[in-house]
Amino acid sequence: MIRFLLKRFGYMLLSFIIIISLTFFLMKLAPGGPFTSEENLPKEIEEKLNETYGLNDPWYKQYANYLGSIAKWDLGDSFKSRGQSINDIINRSFPISLILGFEAILIALSLGVLLGVIGALRHNKAPDYVAMSVAIFGISVPSFILATVLQYVFALKLGWFPVARFESFTHTILPALALSFMPMAFIARLMRTSMLEVMNQDYVKMAKAKGMQSKVVVFRHLLRNAIMPVVSFLGPLVVQILTGSFIIENIFGIPGLGFEYLTSITNRDYTAIMGITAFFSILLLVSILLVDLLYGFIDPRIKVGKKEAH
Amino acid sequence: MDQKEYFSKDSFQPITVLSNKEEEIQRPQRTYLSDVIRRFKKNKLAMFGIVVIVLLAILSIFGPKISGYDYFTNDLSNNNKPPSGEHWFGTDSLGRDIFSRTWYGARISLFIGIAAALIDLVIGVIWGATAGYFGGRVDEYMMRIADILYGIPYLLVVILLMIVLPQGLLTMIIAMSLTGWINMARIVRGQVLQIKLSEFVLAARTLGSNNIKIMIRHLIPNTMGPILVTLTLTIPTAIFTEAFLSYLGLGVPAPLASWGTMSSEGLPSLVYYPWILFFPAFFICLVMMAFNVVGDGLSDALDPKEKR
Repeated sequence: MIRFLLKRFGYMLLSFIIIISLTFFLMKLAPGGPFTSEENLPKEIEEKLNETYGLNDPWYKQYANYLGSIAKWDLGDSFKSRGQSINDIINRSFPISLILGFEAILIALSLGVLLGVIGALRHNKAPDYVAMSVAIFGISVPSFILATVLQYVFALKLGWFPVARFESFTHTILPALALSFMPMAFIARLMRTSMLEVMNQDYVKMAKAKGMQSKVVVFRHLLRNAIMPVVSFLGPLVVQILTGSFIIENIFGIPGLGFEYLTSITNRDYTAIMGITAFFSILLLVSILLVDLLYGFIDPRIKVGKKEAH
Repeated sequence: MDQKEYFSKDSFQPITVLSNKEEEIQRPQRTYLSDVIRRFKKNKLAMFGIVVIVLLAILSIFGPKISGYDYFTNDLSNNNKPPSGEHWFGTDSLGRDIFSRTWYGARISLFIGIAAALIDLVIGVIWGATAGYFGGRVDEYMMRIADILYGIPYLLVVILLMIVLPQGLLTMIIAMSLTGWINMARIVRGQVLQIKLSEFVLAARTLGSNNIKIMIRHLIPNTMGPILVTLTLTIPTAIFTEAFLSYLGLGVPAPLASWGTMSSEGLPSLVYYPWILFFPAFFICLVMMAFNVVGDGLSDALDPKEKR
């Protein structure tokens, strides 16, 4: 177990180093310096700016400085919004994204599992068709289109929800729905397929045959065994919610991390892009690792750390 | 009782031997492929998907020529017009014909989807088949590289590349296939690991086939099913990514139109001129649905257990 953890942790670190190095060199390659867009900047001031930000150093020195500052988790100052450190930006906006993301994950999981279970229990009947239509709809409609439509219909036309901003719980409903719809559809399909498979298992037939209430069969036998593919989808789910938030937060004007990321991309704010990318990568890698561990914990058949059998 | 009355000698006659006709198979043979096609045709939703894809492909070739307008000419006296006999899908804020732009955009969106999927296919199949077939240390190193790359979030890399490289179709396709092939490689490897122990592979080896021949003649054709399914499901992902990037403003540069850039252009005027957003958004959804149901149908049809 410890060996497995160390190994996984090593991979994770390697992935992380690759991504931050890639970010660094790509940003170095990017056309134009960070101050080229400034109007008529006198040569001396530009020189001075380059010097303060260490941009005149040879690349290996800059790279070493960069790695060192990441290790200390001091991401430096934003090039564009003066006086703001990247750490400040992350500390301020991440909690907002966290609330939104958590809500979206909750919706995706609960609705997705529910739809999948209904579809499987009423296999090839009307409820199944309804559930699967919702699922196909969810997979086909990209989150940003759904978000626009939701905003247009429910906020602008019907006025049931606030149009944008992030102030109260009602402000979070539409964006969370838009974020969660596509993963919800995936989960519904996963759940339905695996439920159908489990329903044919002998132990389920046995449980029914001995006269167990169907409610008990569903909760004790079916759900617990069929949920595994959904658990393994949790990693990709976090990724989808996170990347989805880039656009959704922008559409709904929510000052979360995705919004900041997009702003730094449009402003070509290289330090902010590098810092937030590093933060995102850590977030994703850690959550994928956690899901893997959780998987082994929930399903005793999977021995974490044992050599996998092919 | 006298049996002779019932059975005279004439009642019994030797049957003429039907020569070798007995062994002949009367009905047409059902191969695996014909089974798959039959099961696929029974799936109405998947057939609908095929029809949609074919129609969209045809329209993307001929569509821009039908309306008589090109996709880039501005006509500012005629901007933001709703759909009419003149402009079937209306015009956008610069007075460009949305009908022509939609089908022109279909070209770009479909091209990106298919090109990215094909690159994934080539790299993924070669990587996965090599790792799976040779096994052992080769497999371990190759898959370790894939695992590490897999940990890198796909969209982050694509976004970073799109910021740095000059915007354009090629950049987008390169960015997408940089980590996109890993999924395909994993699937092919898993399949090859299973198949390489089969008797027919052993037989081929006994008869003197070399490794490359075995891979090309036996292993890859036998993994065609899962490869095809993955391929069909990669296309909508790529189309989605393209639309997503264009929406972020990192898409193909103007005046090129893709469904993603068209939707993002339509967004600001949604309240007043909803059709500018509606048409490209609708077709993004339609094409994603079509490829998804075809992929589902294929994976159901290819599954011999046929559970549905």
